[in-house]
Amino acid sequence: MSLKQKDLVSIESLSADELRLILETADSFKEVSGREIKKVPALRGKTVVNLFLEPSTRTRTSFELAAKRLSADVITFSPSSSSIVKGETLLDTARNIEAMQADIIVLRHPAAGAAETLARGLKSSVVNAGDGWHEHPTQALVDLFTLREKHLDFPGLRVAIVGDIAHSRVARSNIYALTKLGAEVRAVGPPTMIPSALDRLGVRVYHKLDEGLRGANVIMMLRLQLERQGKALFPTIREYSQFYGLTPERLKLAEPGVWVMHPGPINRGVEIAPEVVDSFSSVILDQAANGIAVRMAVLYLLSGANT
Amino acid sequence: MAILIKGGRVIDPGRVNGPADVLIEQGRIVSVGQNLVSSRGRGAAHPTIIDAAGKVVLPGFVDLHAHLREPGFEYKETIQTGTAAAVAGGFTSVCCMPNTNPVNDNQSVTEFILERARNAGNAHVFPVGAITKGSEGNELAEIGELRKAGCVAISDDGRPVINSLVMRRAMEYALVFDLPVIDHCEDLHLAEGGCMHEGIVSTQLGLPGIPAAAEEVMVARNLSLAHLTGARLHLAHLSTAGSVRMVREAKSRGIGVTAEVCPHHFSLTEDAVRGYNTLAKMNPPLRTWEDIQAIKEGLSDGTIDAIATDHAPHAVQDKQQEFAEAPFGVVGLETALPLTLTLVDEGVLSLEAAVAKLSTEPARVFRLNKGTLAPGADADVVVVDLEAYWEVDPTRLRSRSRNTPFAGWKVKGRVTTTLVGGRVVYEAV
Repeated sequence: MSLKQKDLVSIESLSADELRLILETADSFKEVSGREIKKVPALRGKTVVNLFLEPSTRTRTSFELAAKRLSADVITFSPSSSSIVKGETLLDTARNIEAMQADIIVLRHPAAGAAETLARGLKSSVVNAGDGWHEHPTQALVDLFTLREKHLDFPGLRVAIVGDIAHSRVARSNIYALTKLGAEVRAVGPPTMIPSALDRLGVRVYHKLDEGLRGANVIMMLRLQLERQGKALFPTIREYSQFYGLTPERLKLAEPGVWVMHPGPINRGVEIAPEVVDSFSSVILDQAANGIAVRMAVLYLLSGANT
Repeated sequence: MAILIKGGRVIDPGRVNGPADVLIEQGRIVSVGQNLVSSRGRGAAHPTIIDAAGKVVLPGFVDLHAHLREPGFEYKETIQTGTAAAVAGGFTSVCCMPNTNPVNDNQSVTEFILERARNAGNAHVFPVGAITKGSEGNELAEIGELRKAGCVAISDDGRPVINSLVMRRAMEYALVFDLPVIDHCEDLHLAEGGCMHEGIVSTQLGLPGIPAAAEEVMVARNLSLAHLTGARLHLAHLSTAGSVRMVREAKSRGIGVTAEVCPHHFSLTEDAVRGYNTLAKMNPPLRTWEDIQAIKEGLSDGTIDAIATDHAPHAVQDKQQEFAEAPFGVVGLETALPLTLTLVDEGVLSLEAAVAKLSTEPARVFRLNKGTLAPGADADVVVVDLEAYWEVDPTRLRSRSRNTPFAGWKVKGRVTTTLVGGRVVYEAV
């Protein structure tokens, strides 16, 4: 079995079987990262170009390491090094990169739809590493992988996603991923942060954190974009933290054995209390560690689809 | 030079609907009736015959809302190319919006537009002047002089007047010159950053939305101000069920309001944006099925007076950008007729009513001496083959721009001949 498309642009366009295939493939790559020599020759002779047109540390590093551990040649453009994009359209930039025989282009871009546009215009495979508020498919795959590692079954699993859903590509990708695998997804946040018609994606919306947490098996906290204060989404960081911050006390409302996730970077003491970050329930560092194996799986499966 | 349009079915809304010939002399309609011959009798030259057998003969269409882009954005459209597109689509009169560069906020720009239109020699052009200087929403433009120079209405289209006091004053002042005040109803704060309808599709695509309320709060404000001032208020390109409902209610209370809708708003929903299709990006945005139903009801019961195109040409490179960056707008002059005729097939409008929404009614809204085949009127006539199927091919549009979301659509109803002032300005090849 392989992926149907040459690209990974969204979780929305994947089937449940394809999700499972990526996770199973990641299992075998996880072992590679534990070896003394962390490298396999799967992508030898292939070129992976990371086009990161928005600041990113962990996703960029994770993709870079994933490609290197697969023995691909890797080049990374970040905003500071990409004077190439000045006055040039994204598609023109990408076509030039493609002309240099790039096999896979990994794109992080501030505009929703950028990856999809690129995928349509290029023969190379395109991996969406985050496009505006739209999707961040590999982050959702990492989150699924991490939960699976904890031996959780997705059907019936109650997952509360808490925070600014409206402006979160991580939330969108996770909503698609979890609902496709049969989990029960809750979106928790003030109405200012819940996008229009979200219930039509099969999500239950909660405005009160305590209600949203009750009975949850997994809690995914989203980063509060501090710069959004002043956009009338919430009054102050202090008040947000009071009503939507995950504290040890609130954690007790969830099911015993609840897992706490966060895609990072964390605002300690804002959306999540330091005690929770560092608690036994937290799988935040597992998420970071699993990023490489999952992205190796994605690059590997796409490079196969391309030959 | 006499022209006789023979053998067609004439539909002149409210006046004629049946088989008739149309006789044109010296640029004017002489008579409409059966078996006409030239009135000049013996010795006069034989009239040129236009065979309209199997076709309908209609008053030339009047577009209340088009962007001809000149001066300032000639790479998107010029008055020459825009009016060529107009006559190819059956429009013999075009009201052009003032958001050019410079803005049409003074008589010299108005005069320039009119001169370009005369030189182009296609459709009649009726400029719409700005409400405020530079359409900046602060100080009133010289509305009296704009009227004198030839403007037929005022609008700050695309940059709606947010300050309600300025809008009130504009409405009051425009009364002196009997000018309609047009508003593009959009609360710019509510719409901030939005690039499509706020709903399930914007949620899925992760794009900032423009809620229906952004239009509706301004419709409500404008109706209140029209009630307060007694102004002639014209609401442009309404797109939501709530707007239609409010206009219906306002009309029932006798408020002097008229309204237009655009073919794209009753032909497409927000779903057309999926895939980040910038050709489906316009303002107001494509809404929902329920909104389309409400617009159709509004057309049917007369709440909506006219169908206008909001023809908004943009060059290929303008639209080939990330969705959020691409400009709003679609071309519409050459597709309005077949899209309107779908309303006839669906039973929303009779054929005569559909013709009226494109001709008689818009002419009435701006009190233009157009949209009729009455004897003595300018011979602005369009001959249409209602049964002709054709495929919308963007490369064959007369407009300088090709930004249509209808590419590849098989549509029915085609303009075969257009006359302006008794002169054939378009013939289908």
